[in-house]
Amino acid sequence: MTGSDESDPALSELLEAVYHRYHYDFRGYAEASLRRRVAAAVGQLRCAGLAELRERVLAEPRMFSELLRYLTVQVSDLFRDPTYFRAIRERVVPYLRTYPSLKIWVAGCATGEEAYSLAIILAEEGLLARTLIYATDIHPESLRIAEAGVYGLDRFAKFSESYRLAGGRASLSDYYVAQYSSAILDRKLRQAILFSDHSLATDVAFAEVELVSCRNVLIYFDRPLQDRALGVLRDSVRRKGFLGLGAKETLRFSAHAQAFTELVPEDRIYQRR
Amino acid sequence: MSGGEIEMIVIGGSAGALDAVGALLSALPPAFALPVAVILHLPPTQPSRLVEVLGAKTRLVTREPDDKEPIVPGTIYVGPPNYHLLVERRRAFALSVDPPVLFSRPSIDVLFESAAEAYGPRLAGVVLSGASEDGARGLARVRRGGGLTLVESPATAAVPVMPRAALQLGPADHVAPAAALGPLLARLAAPADSQEAR
Repeated sequence: MTGSDESDPALSELLEAVYHRYHYDFRGYAEASLRRRVAAAVGQLRCAGLAELRERVLAEPRMFSELLRYLTVQVSDLFRDPTYFRAIRERVVPYLRTYPSLKIWVAGCATGEEAYSLAIILAEEGLLARTLIYATDIHPESLRIAEAGVYGLDRFAKFSESYRLAGGRASLSDYYVAQYSSAILDRKLRQAILFSDHSLATDVAFAEVELVSCRNVLIYFDRPLQDRALGVLRDSVRRKGFLGLGAKETLRFSAHAQAFTELVPEDRIYQRR
Repeated sequence: MSGGEIEMIVIGGSAGALDAVGALLSALPPAFALPVAVILHLPPTQPSRLVEVLGAKTRLVTREPDDKEPIVPGTIYVGPPNYHLLVERRRAFALSVDPPVLFSRPSIDVLFESAAEAYGPRLAGVVLSGASEDGARGLARVRRGGGLTLVESPATAAVPVMPRAALQLGPADHVAPAAALGPLLARLAAPADSQEAR
């Protein structure tokens, strides 16, 4: 086998089948990581190859749920990339403070860690009571985990360190109750967040918000789908509002670069023109 | 037979590889005309100092690539901490935060396998000193794609586990001390008329 510019036809057939049967659209996903994820699914689900995986996904909805797990699941951390959250606190919160009420959208929230991190910052800045956080994802199982706000207690040593590096004002343990091997996040945080289903690949903007945080989601999209998704995000951010991306994501290659200025370039925080 | 016109170089290492990569990069001439992507396993501190450290060894531009950044010749790309670095077929980088592979993110296998998909026989892969088996499968994939394979000699590598694991999955075109691998790579980008038949 040699390298080529052609995309893999068996992979395309699988994605087409998934789209037509289940209306989940992975056709614009970046191929290199998608191929790895699908290959992992083929192996773990004991299929002989992509063709068999496609047959079984079409025949058994349960098989599709299994595949969906491989195609979507991301794990994040509370305060992953502490400098980002520090920049939100120091550079964005002063603007947010000037609004009587706030809407924030965490697009592609996975299992919720980032939404809760923002909620903690807003609580410490005295803004949470006037804020509604929308947190959306395409994966129902992730949304259920996110909504529950229960995480493994063994992850909290790392989370606490990140919280401190992000400029946390108190102790992270103020925001959860430990129970056996789990940590349950404070109800006040959970009540500020509305978790729901939304696809950056197929849905449109649903609200005008002051801040969109969409981190390490666009990296899974190819360039055309990135532009589509960034169009949705652009339409959702009010004038002079903010967009935060992942540490290695950039508007530089996007058709929407002109709609934003760089507020904190090193942490990929942009401001809507 | 392998080699021919190489259009990209991927390099991976872990424990003990920092000096080896440094030696390798410092052997590349300032007009070196190929892109080079480097994965080194280091504790995931942020921001990473690796760009600075490696950049000091070469006059070539050294940077962490952003997602979807087009691959440009004469540039040293360093895999950012906490992300997998992949190569897309249209010859741009892509990043992922998928789970670690062999306990590593970035993973050498992930870079090598995706680069082999994109470049096939026009890729050269280099496995250096290290204490894990990361890179072995990736280098095997480079070989299957018809690419050029180079391995730091286990006899001289600071930690021989990684080179040994790579050689266990198949022979390499070149097995040599790090100091000798640099000049080999430098010749890959030499003009066509000076390329010897192999």
